[in-house]
Amino acid sequence: MKVFLLLIWLLVLGSGEGVAQNRYFTRAGHIWFFSETPIENIEAHNKAVSSFLSFDTGELVFSVPMKNYEFRKSLMQEHFNENFLETDKYPRGTFKGTITNIQSIDFRKDGVYPTKVTGTLTIHGVSRQVTADGTLDVKGNRIGAKSTFTITPQEYNIEIPLLVRNHIAKIIQINVDMQYEPYVAKQ
Amino acid sequence: MRQKYYLFLFVIFCSVCARQAAAQDDDLLKMAEAADSTQQNASYTTGIFKGTRIITGHSVQTNAQKELVLLISHRFGTLNSGAYNFFGLDNAVMRLALEYGLTNNLNVGFGRSSYQKTFDGFLKYRFMRQQDGGWQRPVSAVLFGSAALNSLRPSNPEQDIMFKSRLTYTTQLLIARKFNQNLSLQLSPTWIHRNLVPTRQDESDVYAIGLSGRHKITKRTSFNAEYFYLLPGHTADTYTNALSLSFDIETGGHVFQLLFSNSIGMIEKNLIADNMGTWGNGDIYFGFNISRVFDLDKSRKMDKKKY
Repeated sequence: MKVFLLLIWLLVLGSGEGVAQNRYFTRAGHIWFFSETPIENIEAHNKAVSSFLSFDTGELVFSVPMKNYEFRKSLMQEHFNENFLETDKYPRGTFKGTITNIQSIDFRKDGVYPTKVTGTLTIHGVSRQVTADGTLDVKGNRIGAKSTFTITPQEYNIEIPLLVRNHIAKIIQINVDMQYEPYVAKQ
Repeated sequence: MRQKYYLFLFVIFCSVCARQAAAQDDDLLKMAEAADSTQQNASYTTGIFKGTRIITGHSVQTNAQKELVLLISHRFGTLNSGAYNFFGLDNAVMRLALEYGLTNNLNVGFGRSSYQKTFDGFLKYRFMRQQDGGWQRPVSAVLFGSAALNSLRPSNPEQDIMFKSRLTYTTQLLIARKFNQNLSLQLSPTWIHRNLVPTRQDESDVYAIGLSGRHKITKRTSFNAEYFYLLPGHTADTYTNALSLSFDIETGGHVFQLLFSNSIGMIEKNLIADNMGTWGNGDIYFGFNISRVFDLDKSRKMDKKKY
């Protein structure tokens, strides 16, 4: 009897570890954005985004350290941090959402799968629902994820003063490029 | 035996519960936040001061590499000069200057003041940069050196003034800390050496300590104050300590400063070593500084292919 119970116990423990295997992770994800106006093009890159992707639930999360955005002009970077995103007050942007068509993706088969992601994007202390289309590129046990979507600074209470209003686009394009690896939980 | 059996079941039950609880705590977003570099990488504190000047004196801010700053400074006459002189606005002295970032930490600059027809040049080197969080790099520190050349013709045309006698050197150590989003303070020990002094009693070497600060009012405006205390000596007896107050408005690449000061000088030797005005007598100069930043590095353009 004891042996039998012990087996059940091991089974319970074992199944838990199985869950962790289906998570993918990166801490060097790349997100960049464009603002295009006739006067000035602004572009900033962040290559220190950490993100999790779970197959079981289709859950997809991003944590973006806002101070890691790099601009071509150091003054732009300072304005981004000091005036627009107030990164001392709001050091990170986050996204918490799900891949809605996770069922149609076969993670054991290589290929490029179109995906639809929906969830909550939090920037500058403001949370909003967003939906974006993207692709998942499965290659062995590495998964690439790409997406492009747009936001407007106004939606996130980012005030742009009159004097520079023509320098900053009304709609900002955001690009996401992630390379996930299997996540191994540290015991 | 039966008791043991229940106990065993209970232990399994507990472990299952614990596992489920753990799964619920297993918030992926929390895990991602814990893994990102927000806390791990100490990043440099940005915007300790808005520009390379606090008011007239230099701040610890330096221009980034290949960034050029054009500075236009004006000081009108004293407010106590009466209605006939439109309270000083009829008179104005100005300084035009260019500052350039050789590297992110090393700046060079040249200026020309109409006051005493002075040319000046300086080098500014930031050897420590404040970092966010912790006390590893609590302050930014800059070594500043400048030379000023008074090019006024001698009042007596017969008398010739040697070139080296026209020179004045300033050496400063600037130490500043941004305490929070709004408040930054700077301490600036200063040593000014004059090759020629007007009278025998005057000191060639003048020592002073500068205390300056900025307090932000809104995201784009701030209130600044700057005070230079002359260390006791002959200069301190003859001349006055400079006190300036300013209001800054920042718009993109421009910084506008509206200021009141008891000093007409726009370079260190005039500001610190031979300042005559006193606030109490109404020797207050109204003035403004405008700085415009130009980015000269075209190669730094971000190429999409690089990423």
